[in-house]
Amino acid sequence: MSLSHDQIRRIVKLARIAIRPEESEAVRARLSCVLALVDELRAVDTTGVEPMSHAVDVGQRLRRDEVSEQDNHAVYQSVAPAVQENLYLVPKVIE
Amino acid sequence: MLDATLAELSAALAAKRVSSVELTGAFLDRVRKLNPDLNAFITVDRERSLAQARAADAKRAHGDAGPLTGIPVALKDIYCTKGQRTTCGSRMLEHFISPYDAHVVEQLERAGAVALGKCNMDEFAMGSSNENSYFGPVRNPWDRRRVPGGSSGGSAAAVAARMAPAATGTDTGGSVRQPAAFSGVCGLRPTYGLVSRYGLIAFASSLDQAGPIARSAADLALLLNVMAGFDARDSTSLDRPKEDYTENLEMRMGGLRIGLPAEYFGEGIEPGVRMAVEAAVAWFEAQGARRVELELSRTKLAVPAYYVIAPAEASSNLARFDGVRYGYRAKEYSDLVDMYCRTRAEAFGAEVKQRILVGTYVLSHGYYDAYYLQAQKVRRLIAQDFSLAFEKCDVILGPTAPTTAFEIGAKAGDPVQMYLGDIFTIPAALAGLPALSIPCGFDEKGLPVGLQLMGEHFSEATLLGAAHRYQQATEWHKRIPKETPL
Repeated sequence: MSLSHDQIRRIVKLARIAIRPEESEAVRARLSCVLALVDELRAVDTTGVEPMSHAVDVGQRLRRDEVSEQDNHAVYQSVAPAVQENLYLVPKVIE
Repeated sequence: MLDATLAELSAALAAKRVSSVELTGAFLDRVRKLNPDLNAFITVDRERSLAQARAADAKRAHGDAGPLTGIPVALKDIYCTKGQRTTCGSRMLEHFISPYDAHVVEQLERAGAVALGKCNMDEFAMGSSNENSYFGPVRNPWDRRRVPGGSSGGSAAAVAARMAPAATGTDTGGSVRQPAAFSGVCGLRPTYGLVSRYGLIAFASSLDQAGPIARSAADLALLLNVMAGFDARDSTSLDRPKEDYTENLEMRMGGLRIGLPAEYFGEGIEPGVRMAVEAAVAWFEAQGARRVELELSRTKLAVPAYYVIAPAEASSNLARFDGVRYGYRAKEYSDLVDMYCRTRAEAFGAEVKQRILVGTYVLSHGYYDAYYLQAQKVRRLIAQDFSLAFEKCDVILGPTAPTTAFEIGAKAGDPVQMYLGDIFTIPAALAGLPALSIPCGFDEKGLPVGLQLMGEHFSEATLLGAAHRYQQATEWHKRIPKETPL
């Protein structure tokens, strides 16, 4: 199937990936090409087939409801682009 | 020493014919010599590796050495290593220093193995040629104009070129087996859940599995013994008794039922690949294995199903790269959303962006049922076909890939052509089955051909045993690439 430029604009917005206007056609062409490949799935009769969401059918393992993690914020924040007073810094969202 | 098996290295270390420091130094020297050309490693830290080697020598002096103690193992750069750069082949993580070790890295360290360096790979493990790395393509040691396969291309090339005796990889749709085939080495994708993914940067979580790359099936068994095992930090890790994968290596071949799916020997297979694989099949039959003709008629649906499921999961997993908590952040932006969008636009490569966009689309409102749910249903059908097949046979044999290594750039313009090359490795990944690739010959261009063995869940010992018996009788896995002589 072939995507429109409007659809491309919607997808890149959802995916939070900026594309330049001159890239739009190349992105559209490549995505359309991949979607043409996966369109083969539509013709398969899957009536009554349970979707397989995982490679092995095992249930979710539960752990005891108690604190097991140590406080690692300092080491984890040491690799962040911008941190101040234990907080991640991002551009101002509210004026 | 550079050409020795893990068992031989282990014996040499035990007999004090060589120390781990000497051995590690020799491999590091080889990396220094060959890497400028092959580009198989992204990060090498000589002092870090030698410190681990000294610790391994001390461990041995204390008398608590295991089979891997003192042996250097290269790590795909998707494995987090504490205090060391872990890039995942991406600009996004170019300067990322991991705050912790992956479970497999811990296990290898506990066994006394020496981490030799971080291997090049397709960005975020998305690719079949290693051309998608931010750090440049890896070159195939058999022919430098060609790709080594991907996404664990650096790991496979490093082992092929004797820059490392073994390496780790990850396999989402074939990323251990296909580069092993293209580079003339051995690679195993274990049963889903057998090896913990804790500390592996996630691509498609219902498919990702870690596996070893080495030069023989016996070496794969030694590595799997250390890599496999329950880990509560990976919610998909399976809690089951530990196995010794070296125990069954001398298995009897008589009566082994080998399944041959017609679809794996049909059109689109290069003649050189077909000839080598058919000769291997004939060898198994000559040993008393019984041939079982199979049909896996949905094989051709595996590629489209995978290229819905994997991008969908990737679009979700890679949402974490937003320029806030780790990794790259764009220098200029107008507001928060613009920061996300520019960060991701600047730091993800073209293939990664394309897969995120495909994944976003198939999960978006109005398309979820038609694509994602339908792909999961087709996945179920493919898995059921394998279950039926394994009632009739013990091992399925076929080519790992329809072609041998192609030239760098040959498929770069056409994503679908690249994807279709994964047709024989994707099905086992979708079904969560173990599968391995071993060298079984060379084509008319002198390029290695990979033989794939697939088995039922937890049949690693059978696959490794069958592969080992084949390697006792053949020399394909012992050949050294002519472009990287010792």
